[in-house]
Amino acid sequence: MKIDPIHQFNVEPLFTIGRIGDHTIAFTNASLYMFVAVGIIALLLLTSGKQLVPGRMQSVAELSYEFVASMIRSTAGSDGMRFFPLIFSLFMFICVSNLVGIVPYTFTVTSHLIVTAALALLVFFTVLFYGLYKNGLKFLKVFVPSGVPGYILPLVMAIEVLSFFLRPVSHSVRLFANMLAGHIALKVFAGFVAMLGASLGVVGWIGGVMPLALAVALTALELLVAFLQAYVFAILTCIYLNDAIHPGH
Amino acid sequence: MAESGAKGTGAHTEADGGHHGGGFPPFESSTFASQLVSLAVAFAALYLIVSRLALPRVGGAIEARQNKIEGDLAEAQKLKDQSEAALKAYEGELATARARAQAIGNESREKANAQAEAERKALEEQLAAKLAGAEQTIASTRAAAMSNVRGIAADAAGEIVQHLTGVVPDAASVSAAVDASLKG
Repeated sequence: MKIDPIHQFNVEPLFTIGRIGDHTIAFTNASLYMFVAVGIIALLLLTSGKQLVPGRMQSVAELSYEFVASMIRSTAGSDGMRFFPLIFSLFMFICVSNLVGIVPYTFTVTSHLIVTAALALLVFFTVLFYGLYKNGLKFLKVFVPSGVPGYILPLVMAIEVLSFFLRPVSHSVRLFANMLAGHIALKVFAGFVAMLGASLGVVGWIGGVMPLALAVALTALELLVAFLQAYVFAILTCIYLNDAIHPGH
Repeated sequence: MAESGAKGTGAHTEADGGHHGGGFPPFESSTFASQLVSLAVAFAALYLIVSRLALPRVGGAIEARQNKIEGDLAEAQKLKDQSEAALKAYEGELATARARAQAIGNESREKANAQAEAERKALEEQLAAKLAGAEQTIASTRAAAMSNVRGIAADAAGEIVQHLTGVVPDAASVSAAVDASLKG
């Protein structure tokens, strides 16, 4: 019996929608889970009550609201609150996609680099355009750290420019790699259990207890990683937007 | 096993989807366009839902709670101030009432004292007058009694002398002798 830990990342078209140029645009399992995530978020936020004393669902909705709001206020200041819908959408989309992906037999939207790259580029261009629109050429001060001696300033500026343009790469690869690696590890350990049981019989099933325990522990770790990576993505977005709002550090 | 079942259908649909070979799915560039289009649609929908409906809704609930809490706290503070003012007024009232009660008590005590004193004086005067009258009566009665005693003594002395001597004594000398003896 062959365990294929990569199979879970396959994008399979469910039906074709149309064509753009020579690309076929299909509604895939990835599309399905994107809309599932959007649906879960909408359900959570739009059906939670508006009671004075919140119930469970309302508490979840309000906690996520205040969590993201305080994240923005502490990193980008109150000016950053104009990006509240964007950051909240990013955080919730990534968090819910990650969490849904942990359920066995589901698809993890954020385990595809093209998705995380698209989200990271959305943040990158938002920072770039808002920074230029709001501050004009003063936005370029973001590349000139204050308090650096003149003779190494060109070097520092080169590094700053490079790091600025590499931001979307690190921003997207971090999330993608975490989700991919976590799911592969989970699949490998879960696969061990089935493989041992199938090939060694009773001895194998007993031997399979260890990888099963590891798979359980890894699932717990993945739950943490799912939330943490959404948080990291959101807080990095806040930090990048802070550069656009207040250039010159 | 469900595992192999899922794999079977996966392989089947994969063949249908026209994947190129068994490459690494995240780098399968033929799926990029589909993923980007659905991500754009899904994320745009999410952004609209979040910014137009969800955040105002949740934020409104939070703000309503905040306002309610602040309103209730202000109301409680107001009520507390009111009760403190009422307590202060009550204490003031109590103090003035106590002072008035004391004043009324003092006044009535003084009045009663004065009246009692006046009555006592009147009674004493009355008693003194009565006493004086009684003393006068006693004195006059005594004087009368004394004068009667003298007459009786003079008569008795005259009789005694007459019996002893057989001579009627001179009334004037008898009365002189009686007076001398009474005085002595």
